[in-house]
Amino acid sequence: MSLYELTAHALHEKLKSREITAVELTESVYARIAEVEPHVKGYLTLTQDTALEQASHADAGFQNGDEMPPLAGIPIAIKDVICTKGVRTTCGSKILENFVPPYDATVMAKLHEHGAVMVGKTNMDEFAMGSSTENSAYQITHNPWNLDTIPGGSSGGSAAVVSADTAICSLGSDTGGSIRQPAALCGVVGMKPTYGRVSRYGLVAFASSLDQIGPFTKDVTDCALLLNAICGSDAMDATSVDVPVPDFTQGLINDVQGLRIGVPKEYFTPALDTEIADSVQRATAVLESLGATVEEISLPHTEYAIATYYIIAPAEASANLARYDGVRYGYRNENPKDLIGMYKKTRSEGFGEEVKRRIMLGTFALSAGYQDAYYKKAQKARTLIKSDFDAAFEKVDVIATPTSPTPAFKIGERTADPLQMYLSDVMTTPASHAGLPGISVPCGFVQSGLPVGLQLLGAPFAEEKVLRVAYTFEQNTEHHRQKPQIQTNGAV
Amino acid sequence: MATITTDGVRHVANLARLEFNDEETEHFTEQLARILEYIGKLNELQTDDVPPTSHIHPHQVFIMGSQEGAAHVAKPDVVKPSYPREEVLDNAPEAEEGYFGVPRVVDRSH
Repeated sequence: MSLYELTAHALHEKLKSREITAVELTESVYARIAEVEPHVKGYLTLTQDTALEQASHADAGFQNGDEMPPLAGIPIAIKDVICTKGVRTTCGSKILENFVPPYDATVMAKLHEHGAVMVGKTNMDEFAMGSSTENSAYQITHNPWNLDTIPGGSSGGSAAVVSADTAICSLGSDTGGSIRQPAALCGVVGMKPTYGRVSRYGLVAFASSLDQIGPFTKDVTDCALLLNAICGSDAMDATSVDVPVPDFTQGLINDVQGLRIGVPKEYFTPALDTEIADSVQRATAVLESLGATVEEISLPHTEYAIATYYIIAPAEASANLARYDGVRYGYRNENPKDLIGMYKKTRSEGFGEEVKRRIMLGTFALSAGYQDAYYKKAQKARTLIKSDFDAAFEKVDVIATPTSPTPAFKIGERTADPLQMYLSDVMTTPASHAGLPGISVPCGFVQSGLPVGLQLLGAPFAEEKVLRVAYTFEQNTEHHRQKPQIQTNGAV
Repeated sequence: MATITTDGVRHVANLARLEFNDEETEHFTEQLARILEYIGKLNELQTDDVPPTSHIHPHQVFIMGSQEGAAHVAKPDVVKPSYPREEVLDNAPEAEEGYFGVPRVVDRSH
């Protein structure tokens, strides 16, 4: 196997024994990028020079015999919504085409402390708004499993580069499913930690009551290692929660005996692809055969989650995106007639269509006369959705569902119909409303060869239980070992 | 719940500091109306006695008195250095003498 194919924990052993160097590993990843990235297009920016410097730095530590953290020397990709000091951060938007943050996000500072190597910044739906990464102002990212299909979104670049072995692992952000859904569609592990687990200082804000940073990895062990590096409260983010951070690798237990797993009947609707339903049912049967108790549960307000989400998230976005006015950073229209005209032209030229649609929807939902009927109504519906989960977690430890109602769809298939695109998030938004930790792990393939994801949800701060079920499933199945055969002979 | 008209779209666009031509206005009116129709599904829910959720961890609610046990998250009021002014201004489309530059807002002829 080539180095770029391996997991972070396997590579750490090789680095520690000095069988390989971090520079060799980083060069292996860039060689892989040269080979397949022209077809996948997962990256917006590559940072090879600084990556090699970071790798040599890690090598110096390994050569000294220092106690090196598990991510030291590991090539990691970063979603382009996370601020990276001195490295352009676009959020997939023209309006931030030339934005170079003067500071690092807290997660970046933590990754640097752990000695990680940043490979580059990954493509995404503009301002994380989308489910296919087609809303990027820069490029279409292709799903490594079938280059004619989308990688999911909004963290489609971060999912695709891990799937394509052009990074060992990556960070994304999840507001309504933007880590879990692309992880499922690209056949990798993706986790949204509990709301408040990870500092969002330096994460460009979309919907502040929902946004959370999390990892994409090749297996559950790497997921736990990355969580160990990024979790924890931060004085720079008042929404980060001051609760003890466990060693998440303690959740890596290959045993589910005695655990109760709930399968909510409301997720198995006619809109769910039958092959995915079968795949998820086989996955829960595996867990049952390993000693877990699997029972049907009810989350009665599931069907209201999308309607609730498409009020709350756009409303918060309309406020958060007011800052892009052409004054402090980013694009500015050069020929305005006055200040207000400058704001309007800058924003109308700088934002793409989906971002404008959500700003409009959110501004409407918060406008005089409509706030109670829309925004407050949605906040109340959110309470009902959250209460469903509270009741469920009195009976079960973990909830198992499909991550996405369909496998990866064709590029262009849903772009003309925003509502159809919004419904891609039907399985992931409920847990977002409740702030729950959720992971997507590979659980099979449909006949066309596209991967299927199993979503596992836990009570707030119960990441270890979620990891335990995910790890047990992974250790007893082979799906996560499958690699896409990227068609590099096609036209670029 | 109400639907949205082209006049409504023009009004909301102005509030959001966006501007659209007639064709875009029609396009957004049609799409927003369809999304709002779907969102109207929430009217099936009886929510008179349901409290709104603004933050999912009740002990960290920031709006005073909004929920029982609510507390502010505060940090010590200590002066700390900020980012260097020049580095911050480097990202500005227009900067002058250490300030952000904007089109003239005061007309000197009056």
